Amino acid sequence: MARKITYQQAINEALDQEMSRDPSVIIMGEDVAGGEGSPGENDAWGGVLGVTKGLYAKHPGRVLDTPISESGYVGAAVGAACNGLRPVAELMFIDFMGVCFDQIFNQAAKFKYMFGGKAKTPVVIRAMYGAGFRAAAQHSQCLYNVFTHIPGLKVVIPSNPYDAKGLLIQSIRDNDPVIFLEHKALYTMEGDVPAESYIVPFGEAAVVQEGDDVTIVAMGRMVHYAKEAAGNLRKKGIQCEIIDPRTTSPLDTDTILESVERTGRLVVVDESNPRCSMASDISSFVAQEAFGALKAPIQMVTAPHVPVPFAASLEDLYIPSPARIEEAVMKVKEYR
Amino acid sequence: MTSPLNREALLQAYRTMRTIRDFEERVHVDFATGEIPGFVHLYAGEEASATGICMHLNRNDYIASTHRGHGHCIAKGVDPVGMMAEIWGKATGTCKGKGGSMHIADLEVGMLGANGIVGGGGPLICGTALASKIRGENNVGVCFFGDGASNQGTIFEAMNLASVWKLPVIFVAENNGYAEATSSTFSVAVENIADRASAFGMPGVIVDGFDFFAVYEAAGEAIKRAREGGGPTLLEVKLSRYYGHFEGDQQTYRAPGEVQKLRETKDCLMQFAKRVTSRGELTMADIEAIDREVKTMIDDSVVKAKSDPLPPPEALMADVYISY
Ligand SMILES: Cc1ncc(C[n+]2csc(CCOP(=O)(O)OP(=O)(O)O)c2C)c(N)n1
Ligand SMILES: [Mg+2]
Repeated sequence: MARKITYQQAINEALDQEMSRDPSVIIMGEDVAGGEGSPGENDAWGGVLGVTKGLYAKHPGRVLDTPISESGYVGAAVGAACNGLRPVAELMFIDFMGVCFDQIFNQAAKFKYMFGGKAKTPVVIRAMYGAGFRAAAQHSQCLYNVFTHIPGLKVVIPSNPYDAKGLLIQSIRDNDPVIFLEHKALYTMEGDVPAESYIVPFGEAAVVQEGDDVTIVAMGRMVHYAKEAAGNLRKKGIQCEIIDPRTTSPLDTDTILESVERTGRLVVVDESNPRCSMASDISSFVAQEAFGALKAPIQMVTAPHVPVPFAASLEDLYIPSPARIEEAVMKVKEYR
Repeated sequence: MTSPLNREALLQAYRTMRTIRDFEERVHVDFATGEIPGFVHLYAGEEASATGICMHLNRNDYIASTHRGHGHCIAKGVDPVGMMAEIWGKATGTCKGKGGSMHIADLEVGMLGANGIVGGGGPLICGTALASKIRGENNVGVCFFGDGASNQGTIFEAMNLASVWKLPVIFVAENNGYAEATSSTFSVAVENIADRASAFGMPGVIVDGFDFFAVYEAAGEAIKRAREGGGPTLLEVKLSRYYGHFEGDQQTYRAPGEVQKLRETKDCLMQFAKRVTSRGELTMADIEAIDREVKTMIDDSVVKAKSDPLPPPEALMADVYISY
């Protein structure tokens, strides 16, 4: 049975259902309950934005507040995964990966391969990402491209409540380390979500809407901007196909290639900075694999190569906009 | 013993603490209207710490601050008018509106920045101190950090590094009892953060953060020793914050009435005024004159911040080395 819930509720529900189903699932992070050792309420926060609220009481002893020691607890989650648990560690803002990256990319990511296939590391690292909250340079980055670069990690960036629930359940059941990234601006988005548990498999892109003129590949919050742009373009008689990869690692290259073979025109929309980004990565493999099909140079719509600025006037310019997506589509459409 | 404070110094101490308090109270009010963007963490209640410490510093000494940085900035001499504009995201701000509350910095007065990354300042301050040591100057570095940050690896590494290099650094643990909603009685494994000092081979000192004079005294000794080549100190300042972790925090993790009681019984400004007037060092007229002067300055800074321009579009691509 599907009913409308928010992206945030979908994540909470996925955690709740997996914790009920499997006693080896635990949650840890700073203020995932909130109030440890304090005189007032014990589940005071449920995460900075309340995403894990209520799980503390429902799953006693399995929702652990941590000191501010990201290397310590993220590494502990990795170790616990090696010893039979399925920890979900919350990093709060993905920007904080800077203080614990070794435990993720030198440790968790490498074990299975480096130990000759003998280890499994079923750990999930959840964090929020993305600009638009006037949160400035150290609390607004995307960074999914950084993790996507590293063999051994799986990287998930759901763009809607349905995918958020199904992909998180898959993440928890998956035997590899998963980086699960939630866009801050999507937490309040509502959508149809089945009440029962289900998975959305990794490496399967969603075709958000079909169209034969131009392919738009967009991720996370940008999927919605692409839809807005496509709506305006439809009025001009241009039919866009929108593809949401949903996971950047593994990446569903087949769906993207199939679409570009048909449209011959590609726009990639990526909220992160342009160099070594998902936009440049997807552009390069399409150029390699579907060169003959291309009727126009590929266009990337990304943030500029600068840190995220604080001021409203600058942050609004920084984030790729529906208008810039429209412009890029017009450019590839009118090329020849 | 640090030498007793003369009239000028007492006036300065009070003015700094009053400026911090009024600045924060005003940001609190304006934030509630929805006009101030982003995350704001207020320092109200903790004024004696930044003030008592920074009064020993000169422009060539550095401080590294935290997300709760407004008080450190003001005490180190950053212009509150520019700070207010920065918090409002205006082109006239200390960082041209590009940093905001969590990133106010002014290297000209030795303020290495507030910091959005908890524990980020420890290693950095070792670097400023190393630079002055290598150049044979006698400048010091002060790293402010919270009880929550005291559990961060960067802080442990920095304390050890400062000790093995005998750096002129003062680590100031501002223990306000909470890191977000988490109590320090849970997160810090020892009773006092200062107890950790021995593990890093430096003195650990605990001081009452509501008492300006106690902070001033303890900081004076540590800073003097650092200037003379005696190496680092860990100073734990026990204090409290009057507001939530950030603006908008409902604070249900605190005991009912906790903040009200604090405001009534633990107020560094009230304590200061009582002491200096009862000893005849300053008069109530002196205190009230500063109150009026500061209020006008803060009010004016807000009027200005509101009417100042937003950064222009070309600022987006300024101060980078590329144009894509
Ligand atoms: C590396 C990192 N982890 C977590 C956070 C989120 N965060 C911001 S402030 C804070 C609590 C800090 O507590 P404390 O050090 O005691 O300083 P206080 O807020 O009490 O002044 C946390 C967890 C962060 N900004 N950076
Ligand atoms: Mg604290």
